[in-house]
Amino acid sequence: MSFLDYFRGKKTNTNTANVAKERLQIIVAHERGHRKQPDYLPALQQELLAVIRKYVDISDDMVQVEIDRTDTCSVLELNVTLPEK
Amino acid sequence: MARIIVVTSGKGGVGKTTTSASISTGIAKRGHKTVVIDFDVGLRNLDLIMNCERRVVYDFVNVIQGEASLSQALIRDKRVDTLFILPASQTREKEALTKEGVEKVINELSQTFDYIICDSPAGIEHGAQMALYFADEAIVVTNPEVSSVRDSDRILGILQSKSRRAEKGQDPVKEHLLVTRYNPARVERGEMLSVADVEEILAIPLLGIIPESQVVLNASNQGLPVILETETDAGQAYDDAVARLLGEEREHRFMTAHKKGFFSRMFKGG
Ligand SMILES: Nc1ncnc2c1ncn2[C@@H]1O[C@H](COP(=O)(O)OP(=O)(O)O)[C@@H](O)[C@H]1O
Ligand SMILES: [Mg+2]
Repeated sequence: MSFLDYFRGKKTNTNTANVAKERLQIIVAHERGHRKQPDYLPALQQELLAVIRKYVDISDDMVQVEIDRTDTCSVLELNVTLPEK
Repeated sequence: MARIIVVTSGKGGVGKTTTSASISTGIAKRGHKTVVIDFDVGLRNLDLIMNCERRVVYDFVNVIQGEASLSQALIRDKRVDTLFILPASQTREKEALTKEGVEKVINELSQTFDYIICDSPAGIEHGAQMALYFADEAIVVTNPEVSSVRDSDRILGILQSKSRRAEKGQDPVKEHLLVTRYNPARVERGEMLSVADVEEILAIPLLGIIPESQVVLNASNQGLPVILETETDAGQAYDDAVARLLGEEREHRFMTAHKKGFFSRMFKGG
């Protein structure tokens, strides 16, 4: 690392408040989305997982269940990642 | 009917107890009959900040379990005679606070007090949920840093879904943001989230800004709510917050660093 880089590096690193704000915006949006999910969702996810496991060997994080609500309808979104064969 | 206000945050060590002591003292000093309840069962800090630790005989859990009456457990403040403290138990577990027990105590207090301030324990579990359940209003104490803001947002979610008002479908709990341990110089250097950043993320109205200040520690060393240190920045910041809580309009202070450099003074013409 050159002498100049040292100063440049230092300069870009000091505005960590912006980084904090961007990270927070993402975290908070993600968590708020989850909060609006119905109470039965975790149980539904577990049962779906059990059914799929009868046929394919998958791990817990390979099934994602979400509910998207708009004014007129709700969509149950089921995302299953199958292992590569 | 008493106004029930919870002081909450999710994260620990952000200034809830400091805030509960000062806000309750400030409200009581203006003549309102006020009680501050320590919900931090198992720890008990509020009596230390209020300098009444040697006068604790019975506590909140004793009252809930019928081992003492409220009047036996309440401690009258030595400095402000409209202020009372209901201390937490040091020996019990948080589970000793049942919803029915807390409700009974709060209902009884509501008949004689104008303000009930609930000092919440850290976390988002049972103890914190008991502290906020009966609240009409919430002061969300937040430090300008990532984990504190995130935890405040979680507590807001709980206020909006698990409080009595939410469960009964009544008007929502009124939310107030109190940013504490604020260091404007570090904000100006880009090292700390600004009040505007925190407001934007949490999207609730700002009650006040309490600067990071040595006087807070000095006051707590002596068992003095910092609001009584009327010549200090933190003391005045808490006084502003109390005034706003009681409906007065006051401009926000302590947002910018004290010592202005030569140039900023020149450009501000001051
Ligand atoms: N504005 C402030 N400036 C400096 N120190 C503070 C400030 N507010 C709180 N503190 C300190 O932070 C620590 C935790 O405060 P406390 O009120 O006990 O937090 P909590 O109840 O949220 O756990 C204490 O040592 C207190 O003196
Ligand atoms: Mg505390």
